[in-house]
Amino acid sequence: MTKTLTLMSTALLLSTTALAQAETLRWARSGDALTLDPHAQNEGPTHTIRHQIYEPLLIRDTTGAFEPALATEWAPKEDDPNVWVFKLREGVKFHDGADFTAEDVVFSFNRAKTENSDMKELINSITEVRAVDDYTVEMVTDGPNPILPSNLTNLFVMDKDWTEANNTVDVQDFEGGELTYATTSTNGTGPYKLVSREQDVKTVMSLNEDYWGKDQFPLEVTEIVYTPIQNAATRVAALLSGEVDFLQDMPVQDLERVNSADGLVVKQAPQNRVIFFGMNMGADDIEADNVEGKNPLADVRVRKAMSMAINRDAIQQVVMRGQSQPAGMIAPPFVNGWTEEMDAESKTDIEGAKALMEEAGYADGFSIRLDCPNDRYVNDEAICQAAVGMLGQIGVRVNLDAKPKAQHFPLITDSKTDFYMLGWGVPTYDSEYIFNFLVHGREGDIGTWNGTGYDNDDLDAKIKSLASNTDLEARNADIAEIWRVVQDETLYIPIHHQVLNWGMADGVGIEVDPEDQPKVKYFTMN
Amino acid sequence: MLAFIIQRIAQSALVLLVVGLVAFSMFSFVGDPIDNMLGQERTQADIDRLRGQLGLDQPFPVQYVKFLGNAVQGNFGISYRQGRPVADILLERAPATLELAAVSGFLAIFMGIGLGVFTAIRREGFAANAIMSLSLIGVSLPTFLIGILLIYLFSVELGWLPSFGRGETVRVGGWTTGFLTESGLKALILPSITLGLYQMTLIMRLVRSEMLEVLRQDYIRFARARGLRERAVNFRHALKNTLVPVITVTGLQLGSIIAFAIITETVFQWPGVGLLFINAIQFVDIPVMAAYLMLISVMFVGINLIVDLLYFSIDPRLRADRTKAH
Repeated sequence: MTKTLTLMSTALLLSTTALAQAETLRWARSGDALTLDPHAQNEGPTHTIRHQIYEPLLIRDTTGAFEPALATEWAPKEDDPNVWVFKLREGVKFHDGADFTAEDVVFSFNRAKTENSDMKELINSITEVRAVDDYTVEMVTDGPNPILPSNLTNLFVMDKDWTEANNTVDVQDFEGGELTYATTSTNGTGPYKLVSREQDVKTVMSLNEDYWGKDQFPLEVTEIVYTPIQNAATRVAALLSGEVDFLQDMPVQDLERVNSADGLVVKQAPQNRVIFFGMNMGADDIEADNVEGKNPLADVRVRKAMSMAINRDAIQQVVMRGQSQPAGMIAPPFVNGWTEEMDAESKTDIEGAKALMEEAGYADGFSIRLDCPNDRYVNDEAICQAAVGMLGQIGVRVNLDAKPKAQHFPLITDSKTDFYMLGWGVPTYDSEYIFNFLVHGREGDIGTWNGTGYDNDDLDAKIKSLASNTDLEARNADIAEIWRVVQDETLYIPIHHQVLNWGMADGVGIEVDPEDQPKVKYFTMN
Repeated sequence: MLAFIIQRIAQSALVLLVVGLVAFSMFSFVGDPIDNMLGQERTQADIDRLRGQLGLDQPFPVQYVKFLGNAVQGNFGISYRQGRPVADILLERAPATLELAAVSGFLAIFMGIGLGVFTAIRREGFAANAIMSLSLIGVSLPTFLIGILLIYLFSVELGWLPSFGRGETVRVGGWTTGFLTESGLKALILPSITLGLYQMTLIMRLVRSEMLEVLRQDYIRFARARGLRERAVNFRHALKNTLVPVITVTGLQLGSIIAFAIITETVFQWPGVGLLFINAIQFVDIPVMAAYLMLISVMFVGINLIVDLLYFSIDPRLRADRTKAH
């Protein structure tokens, strides 16, 4: 008895001394990572958790600039534009103590290229990854690919031996019926090690004492306790009551409340996501309107008029409570190709819009169905509701059909909607990504999210040539030209750029990351 | 007797099959799981491959038969969202819901009966009237609002109780319990009040009206005339005779406490099967939705079956009618 008591008190003493130096970050957001397998799901919250445990070759800092992670240098090979050379960081160890070398990179990239991988589209230009020596890797692409590094910021590196030893070489496969080891266990090079995880309930990580960057980064958080809290009101209550130090997915209606609370702050930054409406202009006649035999959206004057009818400032002030930045183009501000002039091109002009409608032969307007998600973007349904009223002013009678994202997005990809809301983030920070998915005509694997039916062969050819144009100046000129067409044709009706809000206790120091992916190694704690 | 039981069990099985069929026919309206499972860069080839792999390209009756075939063998498939066997996930989540339901049920029954008796005896008192007025809140306010109000008061303003989660849990065998730690017990208070409030007010009002009825009966007056103490009259004679309808209602409400835990669990981020189900709907996680719906219908069908059997043994008329019919 006495023995147990002594043991217990020693343990207690030990834990209190440990507590004195320990800084726990209690972190909450609305959802949990879907899996820990580094290559199984290409999804924001899942990547966020992985970023604490695993590392890619390079990451982006909060301004969007590259920062070396597992690679220290990278450049196209001098005599061969089809090859990228990556110099790897030396002296890096995985959490189990194994050395990080080139063979791990080769292995991870090959794993990420397998059929079950969700990351394979980002690196489909890579035909071969080879280790030149222990700390040099060459990546061969199917043509010159000047922006390859942009696609690698969420491509995590696993240890080859660990993965093979635990029989988890294959990326998680839902049909396989068995739980793969890598789904719940980790062995990365990152600043935090996984301690315990109960999916959707709690994930605990602790500081990796042997992290290679321990002199470079603050690393003041020694333990992370991550809890998803789905209900927005409960999430905010947890921050207000001090049960959580750091909160993502802040509901906009509670920003004031949190900001005015003692000891709490809200930090914000523009997010890498733009919200807009798409219109089906490609069809001869569309189903969702009341005009027989022709498609009003095929007329650029109608599209322009609809864009002019949207009062973006009103949406910003009333629907978003200031938490958005009105947009004139469908590229987030840090993306290569974005210009301030184009982003300011959307002007509200009801009289002008009415005149355009009349010129196009729709003086009496028409009616159309607007498909809108109600659980995907900040206040998505409310934005659509506001748009209904605004479009009504120029005679476009809109029937709003708002539904959950799981039902909304298939409408766009299956071309079953003629007027829809979509939001787009650009993980590569380059306009080519936007053009490939939203502007290029539907053709096999490209244009998959282009629900407009727009198909311009000349433009498509220009978009395709971007992929292999190594002359960055000429490439940027092409990008600007393509944007000009997109703007003049009013392919989309831009609404706004979303603004990200992170709520935190006063002592927590971190800048908002436009990808909404906080990396805890940068956190300071006071 | 045996024929009756077999017949009832066969009927229950039929109900289960129909529930499953209806559930599967609705899944296609919930949305497309593929969209959530693959990132925005996915190609048509990926979509087709995954759809084929999951068997989603087949008509729903085929999917249903496949599900049944596997379910009979105890295999509920792999969750689309978590990539883990559904049976494991449900077993992991069940203790949280059952503990919450047990505490809520306990609160509802004891507080409900106690307050019901009190308000019946002190019918004209100020306290009884206040309780009766307050109980209107329990009956009329929606659960999520009560939950949010409790969080605001006890977590944000007073800081006494946690606003979310289950606190620290202790693993006993395959069961995780929050009963053994301080934070676990604290975490139980607000959700169990939220979940049990409706049932509590229901039972209280029922007990009160039954008591008032019984207290007017002649045998109560007679008991008083015999000079029995007030306590003996109220509890031994009056309360006992009000309990029959109370037990019937309570039994029926037991199922709904577990089924309606969905809302309470969402508000308090309580890691039970209800929250799991809500997540599954949002993600169109068909295996989890199917297993949960089947589980809940098994529970309701089971409760009804037991109630039927109890009636059969209690009410002799049922037996008499049946023998006459044959």
